[in-house]
Amino acid sequence: MKRAPNYLLLPFCAAFFVHAGGLAITHAEAAENAIHLSIKDHRFEPALLEVPAGRKFTLLVKNLDATPEEFESHDLKREKVIAGNGQATILIGPLKPGIYKFVGEYHESTAQGQLVAK
Amino acid sequence: MLATAIIVFREVLEAALVVSIVLAATRGLTRSALWIGGGVLGGLLGAAIIALFAEAIAAAASGIGQELFNAAILFAAVIMLGWHNVWMSRHGRELAGDLKSMGAAVRGGARPAHVLATVVAMAVLREGSELVLFLYGVAASASGESGGMLSGALAGLALGAAAGAALYLGLLRIPSARLFAVTGWMILLLAAGMAAQGAAFLVQADILPALGERVWDTQGLIPDEGVAGRVLHTLIGYTARPDGIQVLFYLATLGATMALMKIVNGWPRAGVALAPRAAP
Repeated sequence: MKRAPNYLLLPFCAAFFVHAGGLAITHAEAAENAIHLSIKDHRFEPALLEVPAGRKFTLLVKNLDATPEEFESHDLKREKVIAGNGQATILIGPLKPGIYKFVGEYHESTAQGQLVAK
Repeated sequence: MLATAIIVFREVLEAALVVSIVLAATRGLTRSALWIGGGVLGGLLGAAIIALFAEAIAAAASGIGQELFNAAILFAAVIMLGWHNVWMSRHGRELAGDLKSMGAAVRGGARPAHVLATVVAMAVLREGSELVLFLYGVAASASGESGGMLSGALAGLALGAAAGAALYLGLLRIPSARLFAVTGWMILLLAAGMAAQGAAFLVQADILPALGERVWDTQGLIPDEGVAGRVLHTLIGYTARPDGIQVLFYLATLGATMALMKIVNGWPRAGVALAPRAAP
């Protein structure tokens, strides 16, 4: 009984990774049509980004600063740390038409942006 | 300096609340404070390591490594918290009673203490790694202001720790006969909230379907990013605009843990006289 929780966890974790492998293709496909966003001097470029409503898309965020940043959006329910001089893909949508705000949590005073889904 | 203090406070707050609930929940167990302290230190060490490999983790599993990592940590914590509650449903009454007449099984109760120490380590690791990255960034970019950054970070840390201490002291005011009932509920809600958060990471990774977005919207009432929203998020898993699957995971965790507690509590105990059950 005492060790059971740890064993229970193994298939759980394994399932995630197996599943993740299967998703690789769709992620690669999505990355091809990715919408680009960059971070420079703790600001998003562009700060206002038009995106398609009603379908999934990938946001490719490139961090051109040397310091890490956390892309965070309560509107989109997304949070992801992006290493300094690194990049990350964030899968988003399908979105209803509207405005979705996001911030760079580590530099919230300057790193602000919005997605406009149309 | 203020911006630094606020961010540090936010990250520390969540971990501090978890630590204080766990400390109260393991009161009376052999060397529990030592175990929990070890958990905090282990978590800090882990946080530094995770921060160092942040880029590699993010790039793993075709770009969803970070989501999988967060979800795995959260679900592991959920299972451990659930296990603790099931264990307590068998031994809690003995713990709450006279410490001298406590059964050997309970005095050897280091077991739930390790389990919860691991939970603490994981909470500190998750919040701490973000903190380490943030502080590294501030230190690297604003070399001239490192004094302001340090005082900001310390102020944030002190505030977060004070909030945790306030919760812990508040819990200690509960008479010991009721303490474990209260901490049991708190741990149950903590676990359900972590399960919902784990589900959100799997939706973000596109592994789970959202099953309906914004099942409700209380962002105008208690915003996610406010202090109240954050405290409630940690304590009971509050989310202003949850996905359907988050609600599902929340309820499933509550239901499964409570069912297991009931079943295990019904088993006859070897070597321990059955005490008359107190009415709930």
